[in-house]
Amino acid sequence: MNYSLLAFAVSSGESQGGLLDVSPGLIVWTVITFIFLLLILMKFAWKPILSSLNEREKRIQDSLEAAEKAKADAEKIVADTQANLAKAEEEARKIISQGREYSEKLKEQMLAESKAQAQKMVDEASIEIERKNQEAFNALKDQVVTIAVEASEKIIRENLDKEKQKTIVQRYLQDLAKN
Amino acid sequence: MISDTTQVIDSLAATQSGGEDTSWILHHILDSKYILGVIPSPEIYLFGIDLTITNHVVFMWIAAAILFIVFRKVANSYKKSLTPKGVSNFMEVLILFVRDEIVKPTIGHGYEKFLPYLLTVFFFILTCNFLGLIPGGATATSNISVTASLAVISFIVTQAGGIMKNGFFGYFKGLIPSGVPGWLLPIMGIVEFLGLLTKPFALAVRLFANLTAGHIVIYALLGLIFILKTYYVAPVSIAFALFIYMLEILVSLIQAYIFTMLSSLFIGMAVHQDH
Repeated sequence: MNYSLLAFAVSSGESQGGLLDVSPGLIVWTVITFIFLLLILMKFAWKPILSSLNEREKRIQDSLEAAEKAKADAEKIVADTQANLAKAEEEARKIISQGREYSEKLKEQMLAESKAQAQKMVDEASIEIERKNQEAFNALKDQVVTIAVEASEKIIRENLDKEKQKTIVQRYLQDLAKN
Repeated sequence: MISDTTQVIDSLAATQSGGEDTSWILHHILDSKYILGVIPSPEIYLFGIDLTITNHVVFMWIAAAILFIVFRKVANSYKKSLTPKGVSNFMEVLILFVRDEIVKPTIGHGYEKFLPYLLTVFFFILTCNFLGLIPGGATATSNISVTASLAVISFIVTQAGGIMKNGFFGYFKGLIPSGVPGWLLPIMGIVEFLGLLTKPFALAVRLFANLTAGHIVIYALLGLIFILKTYYVAPVSIAFALFIYMLEILVSLIQAYIFTMLSSLFIGMAVHQDH
């Protein structure tokens, strides 16, 4: 009831109008509304949102580039390390072989030295032996002389005939000569 | 023959007097000075123009308010994190769609200047269209005055963009394709000038007609129940009306897209005249 009354009021209050009627007031309001909406959204929405989106896209781009760079760096470091490692290994091998060579040389040298020393010792020992021999022989000679003198003394005391004496002395001398 | 005609007129008159008047469809579609259909709006006249805040003006304001609230919230959510969730994320999808699928390919270089305008147009039309689908709501974009205003704004933005890029004379000289024989120039000039004017006209009529047609069909289908005065037609009417309603959701999206797309295309053509 109320509704039909309203409809009546509308149709009588203003001409009902057609679909294609243009109302200037509505155009004015549309333009005003739209321009205000555009300005407000531009300030409060589009500017911050679009700049945030751009910033995010830039950040993603940067991150990707940084990751790419980091990967390249890491690869370079790995390659460097490997090269260094190979160099170090080479060096170690060289050092080991040098050490071996040196120790070989040292061994030979030491062997030769010790041999020479031994020879020297042997020589010295033989000289000493010779000397000791000579000494012992000399001592013996002295002793023999003493003994001979004593013996001759005894003999002289026991029988002092000329003939006997003579042969004894001669024999004695002969024996000496023999020795 | 004559008697036939009079009979038809008689029967028409009988139908109207019998309360089977179909003007109620138009009543629902046309703008009214009763906000939401019940609150009378004070009449304002200024310089002889009827500036009364009509129902459609109120619904445009509702749309503007919704957009302002939603997008301020979205903008604020970017302050917290660059990867927002929820509503902001959804709106971001739409914004990126407008930017990457509509504006960038059609305008190309220098699209940033026109992006705020085209975003506003897209979301404003979309919101107005959807508000018309809410029961009790009115579709401001099914009013030729509203769509014509939007089309004229699009026209002004297009011409301003073209003139700013190519210079005043350069722009109008560029309208006529090069290599046209001299005697054709006057005709081409007129044709191209008319072409400029038909573009906003087509924009306005397309949006208006699409948004109006769906509503009329829904009202007509539901009206069948009252015109035929039988409940048996109700299930069929409601099923078809529901189908059209679904279609209207699609149309709301498509028309907002098309208006933005074509505006963007015209701007692109005006700015880059060489291709």
